[in-house]
Amino acid sequence: MPDARAAIADPAVRAAYREWLLRIADDELVIGHRHSEWTGFGPDIESDVAMSSIAQEELGHGRAWYEQIAADDGGDVDRLAFGRAPREYRHAALLEQENDGWEYSIVRLVLYEAFEVARLRLVAASGHEPAAGLAQTLSREERYHGLFADTWLTRLAGAPDGLERVQAALDRAWPDALGLFESTAADDVLRRAGVLPSSPGALRETWVDTVRPVLEQCGLAVPPSAGAREGGRRGVHTAAFEPLLVQLTEVWKSDPEARW
Amino acid sequence: MTGAAITLETAIWDVLRSVEDPELPISIVDLGLVRDVQVEGGRVAVRLVPTWVACPALAVIRGRVQSALLALSGIREATVEYAYDAPWSLDRMSERGRAQLASHGLSVPRCRFAEPPVCPYCGSRDVVQESMFGPTLCRATYLCRSCRNPFERFKPPADA
Repeated sequence: MPDARAAIADPAVRAAYREWLLRIADDELVIGHRHSEWTGFGPDIESDVAMSSIAQEELGHGRAWYEQIAADDGGDVDRLAFGRAPREYRHAALLEQENDGWEYSIVRLVLYEAFEVARLRLVAASGHEPAAGLAQTLSREERYHGLFADTWLTRLAGAPDGLERVQAALDRAWPDALGLFESTAADDVLRRAGVLPSSPGALRETWVDTVRPVLEQCGLAVPPSAGAREGGRRGVHTAAFEPLLVQLTEVWKSDPEARW
Repeated sequence: MTGAAITLETAIWDVLRSVEDPELPISIVDLGLVRDVQVEGGRVAVRLVPTWVACPALAVIRGRVQSALLALSGIREATVEYAYDAPWSLDRMSERGRAQLASHGLSVPRCRFAEPPVCPYCGSRDVVQESMFGPTLCRATYLCRSCRNPFERFKPPADA
């Protein structure tokens, strides 16, 4: 594998790498916002606090990734996070969908956390610092989210009418989850330059191998692997995103120059 | 290193030891947040390592460290940044730090979160976890079945 840092000197590779980090940061920001909507509404106090903590962590992780990008660009972190047009965000559709019941939020958490583990491992293996070190650090924090999600999935699927409800949520989330692995020209550039030692396709296989046993142990059927909802990685989002972005950026936009 | 430089470096570590974590009654040095300190002339650069990357106290700690350093005579410039090259782990916490957290009623695992938890009040191992997610990102909540006390336990990031 060519040295990652040497490869990054090339402006085209650098731009592709920025694009990749932006996906991570945007995924975290958007899902962090969705999780935070459970604050005060969780099914019990412990789960309410847990989902709020997970939200806080994902927002903080998003911030850490924006800081990495901003350090490279010389840009402002808040402007990067809150000051872009909807088409400039690179998160996948899964993260922006509304919380359609606790079972949907738990299914989404199961699917996304497994993805995060696989993706962070990839970034950690890239050897490109400081992103690799950050990825290593964050994967230890994400572990608890996955445990929480898997525990709740088992509990929900074991309830009297639970299995059907969780299966319906899974069927709804699945095409969006497959969209996490959408590939763009940036992926090809990075793979050719040796910056990322894998492709979205290989990442998807790793992910399916992780989530399949978790789902099947709960009695859930893994939906067909066709029909990914793509577009998010290119800035094409669903109708759920714009209202989310308005709410998410409302305070910052009221005074972009304010120091907090 | 000259005598003056040694004195300045000692003074810097004393200042760092005076900075407390806003969410725990413990100095950032005992918590193991200080990765390294570099002094050159009147310039000091401190690298910190966060326990949890999303901890809302990070900006507060950075601010406290910076102003404490700038208050030292002989320091003209102080930079404080968080580094991710080696993650924080429980072995960075000092014995004194552990004792301080214990006297605050916070149980601290020896090496890993996965170890059997111990009640900080009665020492019993007959405890049940109420939630992995407590009042701060670094704490989980438990109930002791022996003495019936609820308690909190320090939660480090999971093992790699």
